[in-house]
Amino acid sequence: MAYVAVKGGERAIEHAHAWLAEERRGDPALPELTVAQVEQQMSLAVDRVMAEGACFDRGLAALAVKQARGDLIEAAFLLRAYRTTLPRFGASMPLDTGAMRVRRRISATYKDLPGGQVLGPTFDYTHRLLDFALAAEGEPPPPAPESPAEAAAMPRVTGILAQEGLMAAEPHSEAEPGDLTREPLAFPADRPLRLQALARGDEGFLLGLGYSTQRGYGNAHPFVGEIRLGEVAVEIVPPELGFAIEIGDLTVTECQMVNQFAGSRTEPPQFTRGYGLVFGHGERKAMAMSLVDRALRAAELGEDAEAPAQSQEFVLYHCDNVEATGFVEHLKLPHYVDFQSELEKLRQLRATAMQEAAE
Amino acid sequence: MMETPLLEAHGLGLRFGTIPALDGVSLEIWPGEVVAIVGESGSGKTTLLRVLSGLLRPDAGSVAYRGPDGATHSVHDMGEAALRRLMRSDWGFVHQNPRDGLRMGVSAGGNVGERLMAVGARHYGGIRAEATEWLRRVEIDPARIDDTPQQFSGGMQQRLQIARTLVTRPRLVFMDEPTGGLDVSVQARLLDLIRELVADLGLAVLLVTHDIAAARLLAHRLLVMRQGRVVEQGLTDRVLDDPQHEYTQLLVASVLAA
Amino acid sequence: MSTATGYNFAYLDEDTKRMIRRAILKAVAIPGHQVPFGSREMPLPYGWGTGGIQVTASIIGPQDRLKVIDQGADDTTNAVSIRRFFARVAGVPTTERTSEASIIQTRHRIPETPLREGQILVYQVPMPEPLFRLEPRVAETKRLHAMADYGLMHVRLYEDIARHGHIAISYNYPVMVNGRYLMAPSPIPAFDNPKMDRMPALQLFGAGREKRIYAVPPYTAVRSLDFEDHPFEPVRAKAACALCGSRESYLDEVVTDDRGGRMFLCSDTDYCGERQAAVQRDAAE
Repeated sequence: MAYVAVKGGERAIEHAHAWLAEERRGDPALPELTVAQVEQQMSLAVDRVMAEGACFDRGLAALAVKQARGDLIEAAFLLRAYRTTLPRFGASMPLDTGAMRVRRRISATYKDLPGGQVLGPTFDYTHRLLDFALAAEGEPPPPAPESPAEAAAMPRVTGILAQEGLMAAEPHSEAEPGDLTREPLAFPADRPLRLQALARGDEGFLLGLGYSTQRGYGNAHPFVGEIRLGEVAVEIVPPELGFAIEIGDLTVTECQMVNQFAGSRTEPPQFTRGYGLVFGHGERKAMAMSLVDRALRAAELGEDAEAPAQSQEFVLYHCDNVEATGFVEHLKLPHYVDFQSELEKLRQLRATAMQEAAE
Repeated sequence: MMETPLLEAHGLGLRFGTIPALDGVSLEIWPGEVVAIVGESGSGKTTLLRVLSGLLRPDAGSVAYRGPDGATHSVHDMGEAALRRLMRSDWGFVHQNPRDGLRMGVSAGGNVGERLMAVGARHYGGIRAEATEWLRRVEIDPARIDDTPQQFSGGMQQRLQIARTLVTRPRLVFMDEPTGGLDVSVQARLLDLIRELVADLGLAVLLVTHDIAAARLLAHRLLVMRQGRVVEQGLTDRVLDDPQHEYTQLLVASVLAA
Repeated sequence: MSTATGYNFAYLDEDTKRMIRRAILKAVAIPGHQVPFGSREMPLPYGWGTGGIQVTASIIGPQDRLKVIDQGADDTTNAVSIRRFFARVAGVPTTERTSEASIIQTRHRIPETPLREGQILVYQVPMPEPLFRLEPRVAETKRLHAMADYGLMHVRLYEDIARHGHIAISYNYPVMVNGRYLMAPSPIPAFDNPKMDRMPALQLFGAGREKRIYAVPPYTAVRSLDFEDHPFEPVRAKAACALCGSRESYLDEVVTDDRGGRMFLCSDTDYCGERQAAVQRDAAE
């Protein structure tokens, strides 16, 4: 098939869209995937799209996954494009993840702690052997055994450390944080803005950056203080009421990474925190985010900041996959005009060079 | 009793493409002797320094070094491990840019102590006392022993680099434009300091510089280089006061004019 | 005698095992030197002990008895998972008793019970390069090892003392093996370092993601780096185990409430259990 010149391309686009729809549907002899099935059975794909699409709506995220044929960056893009059309009513109160209804909660720093370790639905200790039984459709698995719900409170590990003065305190502020979807980033960016950017950032990119800090590119000494997954209430204070009301629940994954000493001769050593919070069940992303958050604090903590993960501009300008995919993929758009001028210039230079060589 | 030179080079030649960087260069450095190589940039003096110190392999010629054991070794055949050992004990290297010779994120004490530890010092208190003494010798306030060079001025950084280099009492020190990046007033003070230390310790020094005044102050002997060749050499005062080669005359005249 | 059909004994194919054994032999021949090997994708994620699992898989035989510990304990989730893996793909008997095991795979601890000749301790190693925080470029660290140029690490220790008054490394404390190679002991507490010195058992180290194997042969000198006037100090909590009363073993801190309540227990569950059983036996007599 010939590459159709853009001006005559309208029909080509229509046809391409029709072809895309056909490919999306696949073999019509097979039943069509429902959005509800995607939402239920591809739930981690849905969670990732909500996180990177920066919009908490499982149904819409599932629709985006279906529409994008399983391309999760494309799906996040669809959700972002929808999100941007929504009116902004205000800012919520800070989420109280200490009051989370926990489904999973682990700490790598304490073997046991108040509230206990809760493994929850995790791949962690599965053996990665393809389960051919899943290839055949069958009865749903028997329900997982339930232990009696523990009423015990689950204090956050960072709080336990803070009581002993071992964890550096975070500055408290009642001020409404900036919103990077309304104001463009300026540098240096403060931590709320950095965390917003990271929360929307690409999981793969943050994973690679977080990994690099463990391999010596940015001096990290991390411990997972705590990871928790579950539901938290969202509260807002409507101006006409003047007090907080609950407007719904979010599922979030929170990671608090405990990092070794800052400190010097004059300041006592303390643990410092790297923080990650993402929509849905997104543990890898929350962990990577907390590593990168801590790396980005290098300058304010008086550490050397020479590694890529410690550079605000490098990280924040490149972590957004909707921006990144746009700019990378735009290279396939026509660049005839620029290229033509390059061609002419190159021909001219070569002609001159050959003429000189001949003389 | 010192009948043999410390370092002896014969017929060094090296070409970069068609450009001769070194062309038939021979020289000797005797224990306790300061030899300066002067010339404009591009004359081949830095290339010569790199060849003499084993960093660069010549196309022709050889460099021999007489170790503390009295045995003579070919610098380019001794292998990287032996050369590195030499570099961190019996030799020293003072770079034009202190960043190339210091660890900028490590304290002043750590910078000086590193060379002591590399040759086996394992007593923290002893290392610290030695570092303190050396900071004093290069006129850095010993109270700044735990500060990093990032917090130092350019002149202090250069003095710290000298302390770090000299702490293991090397017998031969290579210096590449040691006062190059500094203000004129700072340069004069640093040259005085280098002269004192070199005399006190009886060091042999190979100094590369385009600064004729620095060469006059420090060097016993002078080699003038141009286009990869040594065009004139001799005792410093003789060469500078009575230059024979027209290029040397030009160099000396340009200093006087400036 | 494999129990999982479709896979070779101990999961890896025999050619892969042979390749890994060659790397192990080379590692034993050059104590402390990191030998690159063709690490395979394993059915457990990187970081879960893929290096240790590959080493164990390539040395284990049907006559072996395997113990797996993580943080000193046999009952931690990852230890349970790896033990089950070998029970499933090799069908070997497993044990929680240090003295009964022929192979002990470990993450982050050396058992308290002294090991003997003929036993093999397999360490899971996340980062084999002891110098990586000081020099992240692998090509350069290789050169430093080749030249035995370890000034950087001594500078790090010097800086710790200058800043904090003492060496601030509490785990993965660097050691010099056989007076030649600087080695990362894996993230065991510094408390365990002295156990490595002249240990009668063979110590093997596997790093899957970084694709390196190294070893300390029996009775090899392993010295923790230090200064004459700041000697190496293994650190443990100043407490006794709440269950067995040990004042010698390494302790885990257990938070009992959110009002500062703490208790200390042996991290080595086998050691602790043995001691409690001994106390009960004495009481019964």
